[in-house]
Amino acid sequence: MDPASAPFDSALIPKGVKRCQLKWFLLWIAVLNGPLMVGTVAALMCWGLALNVTNLSNNYPFGLWIAADLGIIALGAGAFFTGFLRYIVKIDDLKHIVNYAVIIGVVCYASAQGILGIDIGQPLRGWFIFWHANVHSMLTEVAFCITCYFMVLCIEYLPLILENRQVYKLGFFHGMAHHLHEAMPTIAAIGVFLSFFHQGSLGGVPGVLYGRPFAYREGFLVWPWTFFLFILSAIACGPCFTILITRITEGFARKRLVKRNVIDILAKISGRLLVLYLVLKTLDTVYWIAMAGKVGAPLSSFYANQPYGYWVLITELGILGVIPAILLLIRKTRQNDNVLILACVLNCAGIFMNRWIMTVQSLAVPVMPFDRFISYHPNWVEYASTFLFVWAGAIVISLSYRYLPIFSQEKELNPL
Amino acid sequence: MFPFAFEWLNDPVHFVFMGSLYTVLILLIIILHYCGIRAFLDLICKKEGHDNH
Repeated sequence: MDPASAPFDSALIPKGVKRCQLKWFLLWIAVLNGPLMVGTVAALMCWGLALNVTNLSNNYPFGLWIAADLGIIALGAGAFFTGFLRYIVKIDDLKHIVNYAVIIGVVCYASAQGILGIDIGQPLRGWFIFWHANVHSMLTEVAFCITCYFMVLCIEYLPLILENRQVYKLGFFHGMAHHLHEAMPTIAAIGVFLSFFHQGSLGGVPGVLYGRPFAYREGFLVWPWTFFLFILSAIACGPCFTILITRITEGFARKRLVKRNVIDILAKISGRLLVLYLVLKTLDTVYWIAMAGKVGAPLSSFYANQPYGYWVLITELGILGVIPAILLLIRKTRQNDNVLILACVLNCAGIFMNRWIMTVQSLAVPVMPFDRFISYHPNWVEYASTFLFVWAGAIVISLSYRYLPIFSQEKELNPL
Repeated sequence: MFPFAFEWLNDPVHFVFMGSLYTVLILLIIILHYCGIRAFLDLICKKEGHDNH
């Protein structure tokens, strides 16, 4: 590259790759900072003026934040599952995307914890769940596992930071990055253990509510069937989110960063898992309809409250379930870029819809004769504080892409 | 919560739940320290050739 046209910060940029001028990069970061500031104001309002600035109520203690939280955590499953496939199943080709999956995971889990930090209203008392732990609560298990898994993700992210061109010159950091890479299979195994339990326990939370016939499920030992369905749905959509973010990054960078075969492996695995999930979810739904009817809660009562009509069931399982599963299973559609992106978007939207139904709709449906349905629409404070983490995540990903050697195939695919 | 906290009960649930948490935390600390110590030893022994990952 001509030194005159090299970016001002070229000493920090990985060798052999091209990045835009620093002024354009700073402009991009400034653009992201606009909505980020709005979200920060919303978050400060929640902390300063309490949660009555939101539309949450006793009818809706779980609103947009919790649904988004569960959705983001499911999307972040791409990190642990890709790590599992790479280091434990030993699918070697995935080494070219596992770094990026880790960064996406870090962003997802940091976002989830940030949203929870706002949701609890009193973040200074966040440590109570660790010290005054209710060991019979699935939410405590979730809190433990998410916190520990976030630490695991940070440790997995650390060698990437240490491999920055300037940091890597320092002997200690060079060695540290090398030894962390060597320890990665063990770290990935710990991550799989933690993810298995918190993804499942998030499903277990609605599943054990025996006073809520539309959420309650029987199960295996202490785990309701929703425990296993949540794990399966997370590992079915997590890789799709990794593909989606990779494709978005490639769109912004205007170049290929990962080879087609690597994406294809993830898409194929995701498609097969999605089919398995849909079969089990359909069986669960049929069983749930039969059981709820027996205890005096017919199916029609679950879909009697607008806007939650029967369209919810058709959209979740059909449009956002069966369609992406078919698109991901068939090689021809999977290998078409636009169709693959469509399938990934539908799959990820499906997971958000499922989490919304399980945490918001199923708890809102009246179950007592004197109950009445009250509708809920998140207000701007909830939207802004939720999207705050999307913008913050975009900044983290932008900085990582610019300064860290994430994509090992980038040089080969884009020779200078 | 540690075993000396007043809320602690000597039942299997507490041992499994809190035991798992501390096992994971201790494992992560050990891994980080192991890598740090190995890197430091490499540095003082001037060991090279870490570019193969």
